[in-house]
Amino acid sequence: MQDWREDKTFFRATIALPVIWFMIFFVAPMAMVWAYSVGENVGPVEVAITGTFSNYAKAFSPEVLKVMWNSVWLALATTVICLVVAFPVALAMTFADEKQKTWLLLLIMLPFWTNLLIRTYALIAVMRTSGVINSGLEGLHNLLGVFGMQMGVFEPLPLLYNKFAVVVGLVYVHLPFMVLPLYAALDRLDKSLIEASLDLGAGHLETIRRVIVPLAAPGIAAGLVITFIPALGAYLTPDLLGGPDDLMIASLIERQFKRANDWPFGAALSFILMYITLIFFAIRAFMERKGGKVGAH
Amino acid sequence: MSDRDAIIRVEEVSKRYGKVTAVDRVTLEIPRGEFFALLGPSGCGKTTLLRMLAGFEMPSEGKIFIDGIDMSTIPPNKRPVNMVFQSYAVFPHMTVFENVAYGLKFDNVAKADQYGRVMAALADVKLDHLAERKPDQMSGGQRQRVALARALVKKPKVLLLDEPLSALDAKLREAMRFELAELQDKVGITFVMVTHDQDEALAMAGRCAVMDRGKLMQTATPSNLYEFPANKFVADFIGSVNLFEGTLEVDEPDHAIVQSEELGGRIFFDHGVSGAGGERMWVGIRPEKIELLKREEGAAPPTPEDAPSGCNVTAGIVRQISYLGSESIYEIDLINGRRMQVSRPNLSRWDQEDFTWDDEVWLRWHGDSPVLLQS
Repeated sequence: MQDWREDKTFFRATIALPVIWFMIFFVAPMAMVWAYSVGENVGPVEVAITGTFSNYAKAFSPEVLKVMWNSVWLALATTVICLVVAFPVALAMTFADEKQKTWLLLLIMLPFWTNLLIRTYALIAVMRTSGVINSGLEGLHNLLGVFGMQMGVFEPLPLLYNKFAVVVGLVYVHLPFMVLPLYAALDRLDKSLIEASLDLGAGHLETIRRVIVPLAAPGIAAGLVITFIPALGAYLTPDLLGGPDDLMIASLIERQFKRANDWPFGAALSFILMYITLIFFAIRAFMERKGGKVGAH
Repeated sequence: MSDRDAIIRVEEVSKRYGKVTAVDRVTLEIPRGEFFALLGPSGCGKTTLLRMLAGFEMPSEGKIFIDGIDMSTIPPNKRPVNMVFQSYAVFPHMTVFENVAYGLKFDNVAKADQYGRVMAALADVKLDHLAERKPDQMSGGQRQRVALARALVKKPKVLLLDEPLSALDAKLREAMRFELAELQDKVGITFVMVTHDQDEALAMAGRCAVMDRGKLMQTATPSNLYEFPANKFVADFIGSVNLFEGTLEVDEPDHAIVQSEELGGRIFFDHGVSGAGGERMWVGIRPEKIELLKREEGAAPPTPEDAPSGCNVTAGIVRQISYLGSESIYEIDLINGRRMQVSRPNLSRWDQEDFTWDDEVWLRWHGDSPVLLQS
């Protein structure tokens, strides 16, 4: 019998549709955006492809660099906080019994299935001046006043429209991206390795540091990358939760395509964002190869 | 229980998971320096007991003392015991040397002394030439040696071994039996091994505890377990045995008789047994303790009265033969249809030709051979 993998017609027939799909909806638009990025505005709706690099050069102006720096910084902070929060969560899930595991997974995934806009507005309701947190604090403040411990007039905490709010929002949105790969890595870990470490005299923290983290390193790397990349390109969250100074690169791109009507510049910014993303992918691949070599030594 | 001092004392220990009782009021003493085996079928609670000694599980009731110290509040990393895991649990991201040195970091061993101790432990398990290897470049047997060295380097008071030979292939398993016994002799540390393999336990251990469904059935030397089983379970679990149910009819200091319908007659014991007359009991007879004799053509089947004094006889027909080289196993149907197993050593090169299928035979065993068992 012929190996069906060697049947060229069959092979072509199965991949024809995905290839066409990919060409029309991915390659073609990307090519157009790339073409715009080397073009110039010649009228309100017309762009001439002139092969100029001025759009890319414009991206290195101090204002734009500040936004990019902002984006990277906020995305990094988000990723680190996600790691710190997600690691114990993933560890707890790993050691929960089967029934609890299902519920914990559901709990992590539940916000994921809710519309981002609704979740962001809910977060605003929690954090705004008269929101849940500040009213709660005010109530506490007044209660202390009843017991004669009044400490001046209550000042609501400025929780919204600043970098803090953006990071909180980004962590909230991206936590599942970190928890899931960590959980997958930790759950695969042979539990007797952990017991062996305890048996040999290591405490729990030593065991985490010397056994669990090194063995979960590929999962940690995966979590860092797949959290960082969408956080870097986040649009809705910084737009709704951040102040005027907390612009991230996606919002800047959106402005070029809409309000500023500068499609070539927007296209160039889009490609720069993609290059930054690719650089981080390359760093990860490099680290993985290095790690793999050490492992196989 | 013993005049030697006990390194481990297990007092009335139970372990329950919800409604399931994994270990049921076990009391046990393990003398210092012994090679001790916890033996039983899977699910009998032997591994749970071992894990309670290591500290990975806490008893629901009862207490465990190691070297006289109550372990109730002592976590695994503070116990003077170390374990060789069934999966070996060798750290894959460390070299052999790093694996063995791992436990010394937490013992306040000076850096300068660590190297010597690690290499000595590796030499004990004959792995000193592979110190820089990574575990993924080693065979299962070598990884097990790493696990052994890693535990022994800590000089524990007790070494716990969870099914140490189960993952090895047959030849290596045989060799490792002797090596483990020799290693134990050399280091003098108390070994406690869990196994479901009775051959393994009998071959290696100085004493075995047999468990069934969470309960301790008997603690004895291997030969006592085999020759003087305390109950039906132990007799059946250790080796093969022919079991007959019967009623204790005569119970004198110098002899006893059990009436058994299953065997179709009386079973004579040439010694007194401890039991009350009229009680339903089990009699166990080991296959190798039964003698097979040819029945003359036309001779009537023997009755118990035909037995020489001090012996038991019964008649049967050979139905199955398994020739195993050093011995042959005969499956014999008794007159009442009950099947009995007899093993016979092939002392000469033609012995297996003495009996063949459908031969009418006599079975004879001495009054010293059967054991009376509580069910």
